Order: sequence, then structure tokens, then C-alpha cells
Amino acid sequence: MIDTLIEWLFIQSVRLLAGAHPRWQGCARSADQRIYVVNHSSHLDTVLLLSTLPQALRRRTRPVAAADYWTCGAVRRYMIHSIFRGVLVERDRTASNPLDPLIRALREGDSLILFPEGTRGAGGELQPLKPGLFHLARAFPNVDIIPVWIDNSHRVLPKGFAIPVPLLCSIAFGASLRWKEGQQQEEFMAEVRQALEALQS
Amino acid sequence: MTKQLPEVYWILGTLLAVASLASLIGFVLKRRQPGNAAIVNLNARIRAWWVMIAIGGGALLAGRTAMILFFALISFVALREFVTQAPVRRADHAALFLCFFVALPGQYVLIFIDWYGLFSIWIPVYGFLVLAVAAALFSDTERFLDRTAATQWGLMLCVYCVSHIPALLTLPIPGYQGRTPLLVVFVVMVAQVSDIFQYIWGKLLGRHKIAPKLSPSKTVEGFAGGVLTASALGALLWRITPFNVWQAGLMALMIAVLGFLGGLVMSALKRDRGIKDWGHFIEGHGGMLDRIDSLCFSAPVFFHLTRYFFSQT
Repeated sequence: MIDTLIEWLFIQSVRLLAGAHPRWQGCARSADQRIYVVNHSSHLDTVLLLSTLPQALRRRTRPVAAADYWTCGAVRRYMIHSIFRGVLVERDRTASNPLDPLIRALREGDSLILFPEGTRGAGGELQPLKPGLFHLARAFPNVDIIPVWIDNSHRVLPKGFAIPVPLLCSIAFGASLRWKEGQQQEEFMAEVRQALEALQS
Repeated sequence: MTKQLPEVYWILGTLLAVASLASLIGFVLKRRQPGNAAIVNLNARIRAWWVMIAIGGGALLAGRTAMILFFALISFVALREFVTQAPVRRADHAALFLCFFVALPGQYVLIFIDWYGLFSIWIPVYGFLVLAVAAALFSDTERFLDRTAATQWGLMLCVYCVSHIPALLTLPIPGYQGRTPLLVVFVVMVAQVSDIFQYIWGKLLGRHKIAPKLSPSKTVEGFAGGVLTASALGALLWRITPFNVWQAGLMALMIAVLGFLGGLVMSALKRDRGIKDWGHFIEGHGGMLDRIDSLCFSAPVFFHLTRYFFSQT
């Protein structure tokens, strides 16, 4: 109850700040299982994407977040577990397979929000992509991968600032892609990168 | 709550009747030529007018505080559109924070507490100086003049100029006590009617373009027709103002001409940024700034003319 209220407040304040006009360019809003692959330049990105989905879909769409960042402090822990139902990954490779929590979530039928750059950038240029996405795509060849480009969110809340300012953001959804039998890692990741950059205009 | 002015009901009733007539015309046109893009846009505009009349009328009925909040919200949405297009950088984050969360609410609080002296210099004196300092503190000199000019100009247009509409509520005009909400109705209606009729006359008779480079849809015929229609409406509305017939007509003429010139300036700004509309806030109209650009320029002048010639200060 209280969690739903807080989530609603988050979504409404992001709408007030960023407008978040979604442009469904290559696909439509859908309840199918998906991996949203998103460029990352601000903490707002997750909420921005969620704000374009109706509540029923939001319930089943979980952001992938860095465990080291989101488990330090009670507020962050509460937000990532109770509000956003995040899937936590270890960025340092001590765990056996860092992708295990993601695989579990996909098996349960949830959709994921994945930031393949691994961390927030300065906005504009896409940073090198982490190859984890390739392993997921190969393990789940029937799940649609949707490239998403969020524009301007780094200006609303840049890395290093605590308070956001109002600025209109746009959020573009591209055509879905899947891993094709025999596709190598470099080839697949280049395809993903190209799909993201095509949405940038 | 104070007793409602009877004129308010007359005006809202007339607006609803006109909007109904417009919707009817839009419906008939759609039946005759289904799929015509201009008619689809016309109907979207008319639908948006229903929403604007409902919200604006609601604020008018709810009284002074609601009216001030209503214009504060318009300023917020307009400034958000303006800043999105401005060449601001990371180092302007603090300046933008001050714009949205200090300068904007401050300006409207000053109206609320009726402190005219500070209201008139809050943004052009303190705002301008503090914004430049806030940007300089981050020692990013890249396009510094462009960036500070953009935040200052945005604050001026979207907050300072717009705030002069609800500031009309504070004017002490002899023989006009308690009727100042009607001045707000007057300036908003004249400016919007001028816009609408410039569009209609331009579509019907438009031949000679005024500024083909800036705004290809503005024509001499549209301008003249819109300004004359708005002036005539202004003169007709004299009973709701502290003016006599010809004063009301002249005020309306001033509002319409300045509104047109404001529209030209905003077109130049949009050309410079390479956009057609400021946003998607109002369906069919574009952004909030596209709807209020004419008011930005006419409201402060209308306020000061009224204050100088008719008010007791």
C-alpha cells in the first residue's frame, strides 16, 4: 500500500520534471516479456522508462541495478527492493555467475530494464557496452530485446547533483531484436549498439 | 469565499456556447472531408480549447489564490519548455534550480502578498545578477554569455512577463474594487481571440506574407483581420473593465499588436533552435509557450498602462 503510493509519487514527480513523451518508433507498448536495453546518464532513467508503462506492466518490469551501489544505506535498499523490485548484480566478479539473478528473473517471466553501459555516462555519447547482454540473449532467444534511447535526462539530474531541475526528456523505443543462431558476441553487441545509436537523433 | 461577480457567469456561458458552436462546425467539416489533416488539427485545437476553458474557468471561479497558482503553473510548464531548448550545460544546474525553485515561486508569492516594489525588480535585478553568479561559480566559461542570456531571457518571458497577468488582481482602481479578475479575463480573451482570428482570417483571405523567413503562416490580411476583430471585441467588453469604450478598444488594439510582435520574436527564437513547436503539452497547439507567446509581450505593457492611468498608486 505505502510502497504503491511512494512509487506513484516517484512516477508523478518524474512526469512533472521531465514530461517524458514516449515515442514508440519500432514497437508498440506490450505485455510480452522483454529486455529493455537503455542508454544510461541519470538516476531518473529507470523511473522515466517505468512512467511510460501502465501499472500492470510496471509490476512485471524490473530494473537491473548494481548491488554495491544499491545495498549501501537503508533508503537505497528500501527503494531498490520494495519500490522498484530491482534485480541486483554484483559488479565485482566474486560471485560464481553474476548473471544468475537476471536469469532467475527471466525464468519467472519478468521483463528487465538493462543499462548495458554498466554505469551512468555524461550524456550524449554511448559508452562501451558490457557483454552480459549477449549471454542473456543467447540463453533466452525468444525474449524480445528492445533498444531504448532516453534523451536529456542527464540535464535533469546530472551525475554528481542531488536535486533535479525540470527539463523535457524524450524516450524512443526501437524495433525489437533477438540473438540469431550462430551469431558471435562482437557481431551481436555491434548490432545492439547500432540499434541504440540509430534512435539517438 | 467572496461573492462571485455576475459577469463571470455571463463570460463563461458565452465561452461554452462559442466552444460548442466551434465543436459543431468541426464535426460537420470532419463529416464532409474525413481524413483532411487541417481539419483533424482544427478539431484537436477545439478539443484543447475545451480543456483550457474548463481549467481557466475553474481557476477564475475558485478565486484569487487559485488564479495565482494557475499562472504559476503556466510559468512552470513554459519555462520547462524554454530551458529544454536553451544551450545550457552541466554548470548551469544550480542556476536552473534557482530559476525553477526560487525565482518562480518567489515572483508569485510577491503577487500573493501584494509587494509591488519587490515584484517589479525580483527577476530583472536580483534574478539576473544571482543567475550570472550561480553560473560563474562553476567556472565553465564555454559559451558563458549565450548560456546566461538564455536562462535570464527564459525567466523574463515565462515567469516575469506571465506573472503580470495575475498581478492585475492587486491593482487598486477607484470604482473597480473586487472586479480585478475581470481585467485578467479581458487581457487573456483579447490576446487569444486575436491569435484565433489571425489564424482564421489568414486561412480565409491570406495572400501577402509579412515575414516569410520567420513565420510563413503570418499574412498581412490575417494580421489586420485578427487585430481589428480583437479590438472590436475589446471595445464591446468595455463594461467589464474600468475603461470607457474607446479606451477599451485602444487597450485591445495594443494587446493584439504586441501579441503579434511577441509571436514574431518567439518564431525567431524557434527558428534559431531549429524547432517548429515548443513541445507537445497542448494537443494541436504545440507547447504551452506556443499558446501564450502573445500574452508574454502584451501582459506587462497592459499591466503598466492600466496601473499608470487608472490605478490609485
